[in-house]
Amino acid sequence: MESKGNDLKKKETARVYKQQQIAPGIYDMWITTTLAERAKPGQFISVYTQDKSTLLPRPISICETDLANGRLRIVYRVAGKGTSEFSRYKTGHRIDVLGTLGNGFPLEKAEGRRVFLAGGGIGIPPMLSVAKALKNAASVDVIVGYRDKELFLADDLAQYASVHIATEDGSVGTKGTVIDAIEAERLKADVIFACGPMPMLRAIKKYCIEHGSQAFISLEERMACGVGVCLGCVVKTREVDHHSHVKNARICTDGPVYDAMDVDI
Amino acid sequence: MNTEITIAGVTFKNPVMTASGTFGSGMEYSDAGFVDLNCLGAVVTKGVANVPWEGNPTPRVQETYGGMLNAIGLQNPGIDVLIERDIPFLKQFDTRIIVNVCGRTIADYVEVVEKLSDQPVDLLEINVSCPNVKHGGIAFGQHPRSLFDITKEVKAKAKQPIIMKLSPNVTDITEMARSAEAAGSDAISLINTITGMKIDVHKRAFALANKTGGLSGPAIKPVAVRMVYQAANAVNIPIIGMGGIANAEDAIEFMLAGATGVAIGAMNFVNPYTTMEVVKGIEEYMQQYGIEDLGEIIGAVK
Repeated sequence: MESKGNDLKKKETARVYKQQQIAPGIYDMWITTTLAERAKPGQFISVYTQDKSTLLPRPISICETDLANGRLRIVYRVAGKGTSEFSRYKTGHRIDVLGTLGNGFPLEKAEGRRVFLAGGGIGIPPMLSVAKALKNAASVDVIVGYRDKELFLADDLAQYASVHIATEDGSVGTKGTVIDAIEAERLKADVIFACGPMPMLRAIKKYCIEHGSQAFISLEERMACGVGVCLGCVVKTREVDHHSHVKNARICTDGPVYDAMDVDI
Repeated sequence: MNTEITIAGVTFKNPVMTASGTFGSGMEYSDAGFVDLNCLGAVVTKGVANVPWEGNPTPRVQETYGGMLNAIGLQNPGIDVLIERDIPFLKQFDTRIIVNVCGRTIADYVEVVEKLSDQPVDLLEINVSCPNVKHGGIAFGQHPRSLFDITKEVKAKAKQPIIMKLSPNVTDITEMARSAEAAGSDAISLINTITGMKIDVHKRAFALANKTGGLSGPAIKPVAVRMVYQAANAVNIPIIGMGGIANAEDAIEFMLAGATGVAIGAMNFVNPYTTMEVVKGIEEYMQQYGIEDLGEIIGAVK
């Protein structure tokens, strides 16, 4: 079902094209869906379980799309009942999805500028779609942070940009965080696109303030509707938000990507 | 076949409405192409106060078995924005408009109600049952006397018919329903969410920043049906029933228990087409059983 509003979204039944585990607890699933053609880097989809005891859809970022075949890739971590169910799906399995949701990264801000794509843990997947889409940046460095040597998507990212790795235990690349890797390798950027855990995003924001660069960060919060009505997933904003008329913006709709200076994190 | 219902002299094309707080003012589900608002009996707006409210800190929502907890805390842009932006939007559609009104004090409620007096709004739903705010909300809806007082005061100032929205977090729902009726409420709606709690055993912390939240979704439906049945047998004013309605059969169940109208809440989040599917499913049920008028099934199970 679909109609002619001015902010079209759609819920449909997709099919699993293939799925594999690519690191402990990290799954890589390609689905065949018409949502692929609408997807923008940094957007997400809501994925529904079949278990009726887990009602709410799971918001999962779009990793990349294969437009020629109408496929969309999600890479996610098993974190609970819902994602555990998804991880058992085999080729051909039906999977209900809603999308595409959220604003995506403002790729035009990268034109002619030096860019960092910073991803931490399960915040890494959306950076692949950004890396693929960036065309006119002066330079692109991907800095990715992992817990340990169980890397994922690093090879995919390396097809599009130079990849710098940080691990918490120092088993690969720089020991520490993505900021530690940036400093150790003396990397420079005018604009940063980032997705990852909150401590990483706070560090990125601090880095930008100190270095006079700009950051667009992708946020995460518990969601219910995913389309902007329930007001569950808000972030505190610096200015009064145009929709809510208070200093709260809806991450699912006005985000998930914000200029780091506009949000109170 | 007649799908129309009448509440407080207002005719609705069908009994299907949206539950306050689960549908915004209809803009998002309409613009996304999920719901044709012209097909609904009414759109019930998110609760609105006299001034903008920030709401509670996050996390504000958590999933539970067959349902969800929310503690939004009635974040809203205030009545002026609703009048400038949302009511003109809703007026483009052939559906009834019900504005849900909240406040911290009776004066807050009255201010909102008075500002709506010259607005093209069909009914007012008075929220005296939100469990997630410290002042107002449920505080007015848990004692028969305070419910009577606020109902009387609001009714005296309201230009539109009023619906008092009742809380399930009471010892005896019939007492509350009678209080609202005695004070002049034109209708009642129930149930609002059931106060609940979830603890994250791994973090050893409350799952919601507000500690408690309102439970909604299919998990609460039997409680809601029971309360609608009890209230319907206690008062003569019409009832709008809600609580976990996921499909037309659920909606019919509420009507058989005594509800004239029905509202879809949490299930909008699960399946954004739910309201439209319920409208269609009620028509199919009427055809299947040769029902000419919904009056034949409202309160039909005694």
